[in-house]
Amino acid sequence: MLLEVKDMHVHYGKIEAIKGISLEVAEGEIVTLIGANGAGKTTTLKTISGLRPLSSGSVTFDGKDISKLPGHKRVLAGIGQSPEGRGVFPGMTVTENLLMGAYTRTGDFSKDLDEVFELFPRLAERRNQAGGTMSGGEQQMVAIGRALMSKPKVLLLDEPSMGLAPMLVAQIFSIIKEINNRGTTVLLVEQNAQQALQLAHRAYVLETGRVVKSAPASELLDDPQVREAYLGGELGAH
Amino acid sequence: MGAFTDRVRDRWATAPGWQRWTVYVLLFIGALLLPSESIGHFMSPYSDWASVLFFPVGTYIVLAIGLNIVVGQAGLLDLGFVAFFAIGGYSMALLGTRLGLNFWEILIAGVILSAISGVVLGGPTLRLRGDYLAIVTLGFGEIVRQTAENTDAIGGPRGIAGIPHPPSIDGVVIFGVDIFHYGVLDPRPYYYLLVVVATLIIIFVKRWEKSRVGRAWAAIREDEDAAEVMGVPTFKFKLLAFAIGASIGGAMGVVWAGKTISINPNDFLFMLSATILAAVVLGGSGNIPGVILGAFLVAWLPERFRGLSEYRIMVFGAALVALMIFRPEGLLPSRRRKAELAEGTGGMGAMGAEVPDPQAHAEPEGAAK
Repeated sequence: MLLEVKDMHVHYGKIEAIKGISLEVAEGEIVTLIGANGAGKTTTLKTISGLRPLSSGSVTFDGKDISKLPGHKRVLAGIGQSPEGRGVFPGMTVTENLLMGAYTRTGDFSKDLDEVFELFPRLAERRNQAGGTMSGGEQQMVAIGRALMSKPKVLLLDEPSMGLAPMLVAQIFSIIKEINNRGTTVLLVEQNAQQALQLAHRAYVLETGRVVKSAPASELLDDPQVREAYLGGELGAH
Repeated sequence: MGAFTDRVRDRWATAPGWQRWTVYVLLFIGALLLPSESIGHFMSPYSDWASVLFFPVGTYIVLAIGLNIVVGQAGLLDLGFVAFFAIGGYSMALLGTRLGLNFWEILIAGVILSAISGVVLGGPTLRLRGDYLAIVTLGFGEIVRQTAENTDAIGGPRGIAGIPHPPSIDGVVIFGVDIFHYGVLDPRPYYYLLVVVATLIIIFVKRWEKSRVGRAWAAIREDEDAAEVMGVPTFKFKLLAFAIGASIGGAMGVVWAGKTISINPNDFLFMLSATILAAVVLGGSGNIPGVILGAFLVAWLPERFRGLSEYRIMVFGAALVALMIFRPEGLLPSRRRKAELAEGTGGMGAMGAEVPDPQAHAEPEGAAK
């Protein structure tokens, strides 16, 4: 297993947000966490990337226990994240944003930049534009491209579809597929369950801090309970 | 004005190295020529111009450059910056009168002591963000002053008198000024010393700004969580910003106390922290020429209009409010700062932005139940 979370508990003050989540991500997979607002998806992701301390349980990455490792060292271990709300640096240009992604690395990044620009031709056109002046979709592209610049083994994506038009969502999802085809493992948090389940190999359904279901994504697409709760019930059948 | 500054900035960005260096050298010489009688009558009709140039003008400029590292570069709101100025001042006073060290030795000691105090303040508090950090630093500024006031061993409320001047080298006379004679009468040698110290600080700060450290600060200012997941050790770099800002404040404290002869706790009121912060924000937080301009105006305007007596502070306050309405990014903002403001983070990074307190985060989590 590339990434393994065992019985993870996370607290905000006295309130327990994550009540013992266990999940696994194997190399080469796309795994998605779906669930409603407040189910603990973002917190789970933040805890894996080290932005939140866990109260108990463990996070193992690439065979090493990283539960106590600070966030910036997890980047070196091979975890790349596109954070919640994109987190593009507004005052930096697209290129500067991307180069921040390579902060932990040294050497020549022109090849890596070209690779990102090839995935997102839109960013190549706007490489000297300030991040803060770009549209939501473009910022999402910057956030994903920037995470790729650290050459991660696993890419954590926090709601890449948030606030985007349906056309753009489809485009972003096909690029995620492409990134995965090129060999990067993806852990995807989504509220847009329909799209996420079509893209992912496996999925976990989160409800108020617990995993209530885990199965191959295609099975969950046909699961009546999941359809009812996350895919708009019978309306989603069309 | 915006279009004009943009053009100047573009021209500057593409200017070859020799042109830049010519401008730097001219600015340095210009700064040395400032305490001239010919402009003194206009610039400061009420008090001695050369003295005004040392304090408040020069002092505020150096302090603002120091605070700019913390507020402008790393985006940490520090309301207790005067504490480091005080620690530098008291280092000079105590080490000079009790141990008999000379100015240059104390300058080094003062810088180290202030840097340590910056780390001591930052270590436990830099896990806070935004308003919470501001309140803690505000407290720290007051703690330092109160401690000085209530410790009889360091003079209590009366402070320390008889602080030695820097050692003089007599006989180097240029244009009728004995430039290395640090006496009581002529403030100009102190001003020249200040210009040299300020120049060195600006060179260091500029180099940091362009390095990996500067990039890390910019990332922290703009989005701390994103910086952390980019692999920036955010805590370490915030601590470094505090330590460097503190040592600049401390260095200025030493230089200032070296001229002043006597200091007391009331030289280090919260008002000074607030004034320096006003200088940074007014001039264009994050941009050194802007910060220098801001500090100059904040220091010079009240001196220039001393004739208006009490009203001058009121007019000054109104001018600050007007500026923040019409030019919230400051007089000479950096281009990056403008983009940050456009994004709506307030252009101050963590200042007044998201604060990780348990309640605020718990609510959306609990809402689904």
